[in-house]
Amino acid sequence: MTKPLIFELGSPGRTAAGLPEPDVPVTKPEELLPFGMRRERQAELPEVSEVDLVRHYTRLSSLNYGVDTGFYPLGSCTMKYNPKVNEAAASLPGFTGLHPYQPEELSQGALKLMYRLERYLGEIAGMDRFTLQPAAGAHGELTGLLIIRAYHVQNGETQRNKVLVPDSAHGTNPATAAMCGYETVQVKSNSRGGVDLDDLWRLAGADTAAIMLTNPNTLGIFDENIKQITDIVHEAGGLAYCDGANTNAIMGKVRPGDMGFDVVHLNLHKTFATPHGGGGPGSGPVGVKDFLTPFLPRPLVECRVDEEAGKTYYLDHRGGQSIGRVKAFYGNFGVMVKAYAYIRMLGAAGLTEASEHAVLNANYLKEKLRETYVLPYDRTCMHEFVLSPLKSGERKVRTLDLAKRLMDYGYHPPTIYFPLIVEEALMIEPTETESKETLDGFAAALRQIAREALEQPETVTGAPHRTPVKRLDEVTAARKPVLRYQRQS
Amino acid sequence: MQVPDDLKYSKEHEWVRTKADGAVTVGITDYAQDAMGDIVFVELPRIGDSFAAGEPFCTLESVKAVSECYMPAGGKITAVNESLLDSPELVNQDPYGAGWLVEVELDDAAEPAALMIAAEYAQYLASLTE
Amino acid sequence: MAGFVPHTDADRAAMLKAVGADRMDDLFRDVPGDMLLQQPLDLPAPLSEMELATHMRLLAAQNKPAAEEYSCFLGAGTYDHYVPSVVQHLVQRSEFYTAYTPYQPEISQGTLQAVFEFQSMICELTGMEAANASMYDGATATAEGAVMACRVTGKNKILVSAALHPEYRQVLNTYTAGLSVTVEEIPAPQGRTALETLERNLGPDVGCVVVQNPNFFGIIEDGPILGEVVNQSKALFLVCADPVSLGLLKPPGEYGADIVTGDAQAMGNSMFYGGPHVGFFAVTGRYVRKMPGRVVGRTTDGEGKRGFVLTLQAREQHIRREKATSNICSNQALCALAATIHLSYLGKNGLKKLAELCLAKARYAYQQLVRLDGVEPVFEGSFFKEFVIKPRLSPAKVNSYLLEHGIIGGLDLGRFYPELSGGMLFCVTETRSRQEIDCLVGRMGVCK
Repeated sequence: MTKPLIFELGSPGRTAAGLPEPDVPVTKPEELLPFGMRRERQAELPEVSEVDLVRHYTRLSSLNYGVDTGFYPLGSCTMKYNPKVNEAAASLPGFTGLHPYQPEELSQGALKLMYRLERYLGEIAGMDRFTLQPAAGAHGELTGLLIIRAYHVQNGETQRNKVLVPDSAHGTNPATAAMCGYETVQVKSNSRGGVDLDDLWRLAGADTAAIMLTNPNTLGIFDENIKQITDIVHEAGGLAYCDGANTNAIMGKVRPGDMGFDVVHLNLHKTFATPHGGGGPGSGPVGVKDFLTPFLPRPLVECRVDEEAGKTYYLDHRGGQSIGRVKAFYGNFGVMVKAYAYIRMLGAAGLTEASEHAVLNANYLKEKLRETYVLPYDRTCMHEFVLSPLKSGERKVRTLDLAKRLMDYGYHPPTIYFPLIVEEALMIEPTETESKETLDGFAAALRQIAREALEQPETVTGAPHRTPVKRLDEVTAARKPVLRYQRQS
Repeated sequence: MQVPDDLKYSKEHEWVRTKADGAVTVGITDYAQDAMGDIVFVELPRIGDSFAAGEPFCTLESVKAVSECYMPAGGKITAVNESLLDSPELVNQDPYGAGWLVEVELDDAAEPAALMIAAEYAQYLASLTE
Repeated sequence: MAGFVPHTDADRAAMLKAVGADRMDDLFRDVPGDMLLQQPLDLPAPLSEMELATHMRLLAAQNKPAAEEYSCFLGAGTYDHYVPSVVQHLVQRSEFYTAYTPYQPEISQGTLQAVFEFQSMICELTGMEAANASMYDGATATAEGAVMACRVTGKNKILVSAALHPEYRQVLNTYTAGLSVTVEEIPAPQGRTALETLERNLGPDVGCVVVQNPNFFGIIEDGPILGEVVNQSKALFLVCADPVSLGLLKPPGEYGADIVTGDAQAMGNSMFYGGPHVGFFAVTGRYVRKMPGRVVGRTTDGEGKRGFVLTLQAREQHIRREKATSNICSNQALCALAATIHLSYLGKNGLKKLAELCLAKARYAYQQLVRLDGVEPVFEGSFFKEFVIKPRLSPAKVNSYLLEHGIIGGLDLGRFYPELSGGMLFCVTETRSRQEIDCLVGRMGVCK
């Protein structure tokens, strides 16, 4: 059933809010506010009781599918289980109630947490320093590329205006390059799904600012030539940026810093089990090698050791070469608390096991599906893999249909139509927190759907059948956008 | 796929119709609209803008894709099809008629001669789908 | 096994066998041997859940949260407003918080409808025609807005009021570093944007004028006059606004704003040491397709039922790539949900009443303070919930004295404005009682 909008509930004059009566003398707002700045018509906000409110959003939540609802193998997004103890930790008033400008002596726990988290991330990624300011992966990319830009500018190499991006890259990579004033140059992939070294060799040069690379890449493949790739770029005078979206495959096994990357961003909301929140908040810390530390956004958290007072943590705002702030205050601190708790709970062995099992799960699922679906790159994968659907050659049923039909079986569909270099791509990332039974069940559903595609294709092309709404008219939504509710007068 | 005889065509799938006064009308071909799928928005140039041959002058959006249209011949925009702002579906429904994009005053009236004629374009399409 | 890995030894053995591997390391065969880590990461030993819970509690206990243990008079972009229990309760429903971006609308109607409601409320508050699904925070929303304005006008200069939050200005400078766009400041000598300087500098190369209202000093700028001046030029008028103030103040859409941005932390979100907060972004109708970020639209399904989808996606990075309106991907959806629930909780009359409470309490505090011997007002003019005063002693001394008495005083303005050193920015929201205000005034009175 369609749910009413919150605006369509309630009744004029109703309110859920029990605000206190003023305990100070009140002057009429009309006398305090400049004439031209008074609001004449009140905003049309809902007028509902608290019960209306609670039922409305509880009902809405029931229309959603989350990791807590079921299997969510969304490639490139690392939808692993979000431990509840981390949520509890992040709700402690000692964290939620901090004002960013309150005196540092009152925020020692928070600063210590940030200081340590920075070092943990440095160890995991093989980097020297991290900024925790970026609020998301794309924000981290922007920060990282601006750092690279500042480095070249300082060296007087302003002619470096191109960023090399493989054709399998996330769309954020070229979009970020453009936001930094860079031109994107696409590098071809080779037949094994890695970067084409000849093409890279040809393209890297005196105008190369950087290469942006995801490794393992969006095909779920670890590029075995990674050292040659970063070497080629370095020899040309460029820097190597690692999009760390796929770090869940490699924790404790191999580090971007050891692959030759100079800059990396990590997605705390992917790799470090903080929830995605229906689209955010995330956190995208950026790590750099020593020589780029001067360019990091400020402030950084530092520690001073004093024999009497012991360790004191403080915010260091100095840094003349810094690219400046990328966000007000210090980043999405609440997300950092959860990631910190996750790392502390797992420790080195736990993180390594997480990555190993993420890779095992992906390879296992791939094996279960290889008979039924085309594997465009048939080799050992890392934490995810890409299928190009249906061996049977059934053309009527497209990837979109398979995805929609999976919902009827109770699964969230994988990422579809990405990466762009695989036709009709289906990108599957099971994560380590799923059991063998769950993977077996999912593989069975995908095989069953493949049979349906042959025997009764309309069941698949007409899917989903069991969801709160059927396929929605996206064309009309985009042609005649209705982006807000307006009360009928 | 319709390929009207009276038009000239570019490799980027634009068509050109020369009018009596020498100005030309430009649109995208039936093949192009079909490949794009449902067009949801057309971003037109401003009247008076000038473009060289091969320059992008207009953007078409479908739900999940964006395509640029490239000038089949250099010139100045003298009119744009404003009805597309409210009804982008006209490009799908009638690409050679009501779905036209712009009118152009050519820098060189002879330039369209270099474009493909209908038979050549039909052959070109056939080579693409082979 | 730690790490929420459910595999038994038998599972692992069976799965390894199925993929033709003898041990885990076989799966990492593409990693060059000399690159594989030879020893474990140097991290603290793992903790059980019970140990972790204790550890986190102890860490939290090393903080003295302004909102809990003190009377907090700090604002400046992060505000101690009351968060009703119902907000936290609903936001913690894991169907909301464990979902990804709603790319599959059929099983994401909860998030999508809530975002549509958020967009609608932001439009109502700001007086704009369209809003997006959220930005990282007020600072990045403002920076992206100014960059967008330059893109759509084809101009390359941004004029920004010095009375815009200093950290927002820093973010704007960072965001424009790689673009051929310059940022020029318009001073605010009397605590408000200097109109004459603005007029003088508003040349044909200006693509955007950025003003905060109420501004960083809490002062209510003369929106209609600013709007008139900017609207006479080709530049777009960007107003950064506090959503609580819009319960009483004229919406920027009614005084000529083309873009309205701001931070909605004040609505339903804890201060959280400065994040996660939630930026909002609203525009007039003609710029809908130029907005950065995700947008939800209403439509119907195959059976004619109303539903919601992500729409106008062709603007975004995953389709337009290097020509996208922004690279933004993840936003602050859950914080936007909290804001939506809080705004619904307050409703039409509650928001107004909340704004009135802030206005009255800030006014009361200001009047009591400037009555004290040795405390000077700094600016003239109407303010909303923040104001600037200058005590005789240095702000550092005043604040450390107040702190001894359980009060977190105002922001030392010298930190951002050397010319205003000695000035303090106080904030008074509905959460400060008269008793707390009187206590502040009493302490300030003896702190000479």
